[in-house]
Amino acid sequence: MKYMMFVCTDTEPDTDPTPETDIDVWVDENDAKGRRLQGMVLAPKATATTVRVRNGQTLITDGPFAETKEVICGFDLIECADLDEAIEVARTHPMARGGRIEIRPLADFEQ
Amino acid sequence: MSDPHEAGPRAAGAAQAAAAAAGDAYPRIVAALIRVTGDWTLAEDCAQEALVTALDRWPTDGVPANPGGWLMTVARNRALDVLRRAAIERRKLRDLAVQALTAATDDEVERPPGVAVADDRLRLIFTCCHPALALPAQVALTLRVVCAVPTERIAQAFLVSESTMTRRLTRAKTKISAAGIPFRVPSGDALGERLPGVLAVVYLLFTHGYNPDGEPAFADEAIRLARLLASLMPDQDEPRALLALALLQHSRRATRRDAAGELVPLDRQDRTRWDHAAIDEAVALLADLRQDGPYAWQARIAACHATARSVEATDWRRIATCYDRLAALEPSPVVGLNRAVAHGYAHGPASGLELLALARADGALDGYPLALAAEADLTARAGDGTRAAALFREAAAQAGSEVERRALLQRAAEAQSASH
Repeated sequence: MKYMMFVCTDTEPDTDPTPETDIDVWVDENDAKGRRLQGMVLAPKATATTVRVRNGQTLITDGPFAETKEVICGFDLIECADLDEAIEVARTHPMARGGRIEIRPLADFEQ
Repeated sequence: MSDPHEAGPRAAGAAQAAAAAAGDAYPRIVAALIRVTGDWTLAEDCAQEALVTALDRWPTDGVPANPGGWLMTVARNRALDVLRRAAIERRKLRDLAVQALTAATDDEVERPPGVAVADDRLRLIFTCCHPALALPAQVALTLRVVCAVPTERIAQAFLVSESTMTRRLTRAKTKISAAGIPFRVPSGDALGERLPGVLAVVYLLFTHGYNPDGEPAFADEAIRLARLLASLMPDQDEPRALLALALLQHSRRATRRDAAGELVPLDRQDRTRWDHAAIDEAVALLADLRQDGPYAWQARIAACHATARSVEATDWRRIATCYDRLAALEPSPVVGLNRAVAHGYAHGPASGLELLALARADGALDGYPLALAAEADLTARAGDGTRAAALFREAAAQAGSEVERRALLQRAAEAQSASH
């Protein structure tokens, strides 16, 4: 199954002083296992623009669509056997401690 | 389905046999069909239909020699039937499931060669209690799918409409399949991480059956689940400790209310009417534990109460020590409160009040009526009846249920009259 990992910031990061895993180690490991299909870091939220079309009119606003303190700062597309494996991949990502990660399966229209 | 009482003793016997076989066979059938087909709704529907067929046929045909096996065959044939007629777009999945169901004997559907030894029912429980599902959904799903409790009754117990409960169950089953929650018992370290969540669901179910306004039948379901977990996970201590804890608390069920339905506190219960067979079973379970976890310490505390011949003979020093261990292992405001009460009995009300102040220091027990009731009780025993009565009345004003409220007002009146 394919899962999208939304990597987000969090207002209450982990306070455990143990050093975080290096993101490069995480990427290399999951790339080597063929689990990480794609992944990118996003530019800061100050660069975000939200676009809507209503009744033929394009509405453009500054900033992200969700007015929350948590911001999506990157994503990874991963291929895993099931949710437990995806959780395992997510929890070893350094941002699981520095922020939070939402895992969503891609919709399966084949089923 | 006809009324068994109208149809005579044979029908009643068959209905009883069906009910008995169902309790044991239902989760096995559902779990085996889920593993083979991956389809929760299909599995539940076919298991239900097998039970209905049994109720229809057994009164005239007689109860089969192996009721569980009979039910499994009927459910499996029904599943095959449904799958063969299933819509074309799911053909690939369907073909795989049909293949798995036809290739195997009943026995192999339940215990396929090459599949790890874990019991299907255990897979079912761990999947229902997966932490990616919300806690209320875990509880409802376990009741529905493992214990076969009708949706209507689950809805009543949790004070929601049947359609809300149906939606909650459907949403949970959809998430299981769409998010890829595996039908598996975790292994290695993951088992240790996930087991407490499973036990918490069982214990929540038990307390829901045990609380004054709860659904009493859920306590029996929880004990059945704990027994199942204990037998399926012999290497783990905590399932047996949880079973012991539930048995000990449940042993007092006949004495917890008086004839008028009022709650009777522990010290006024008729100990001869406690379920001593259940207490003996629990004590034997505790004697066999290798390492004590949170449920074991709670059970040991309950065992101190259950095995004391009278209130006066209660070993409060031992109970206080058990609470110290429990608080060290799993600190919580409620454990802190109970620890204070225990020390109050073991080492005097002053020591209890001191620990109570400590437990309340961070405000976590604010507005919690039992904390006020404990302070009231310790204050009464320290000799200040007037202040104790006021505290009991304050606790009564915050009580969560009418039965508790009346019990607290009764204590207020007693404290007041003792001060005169």
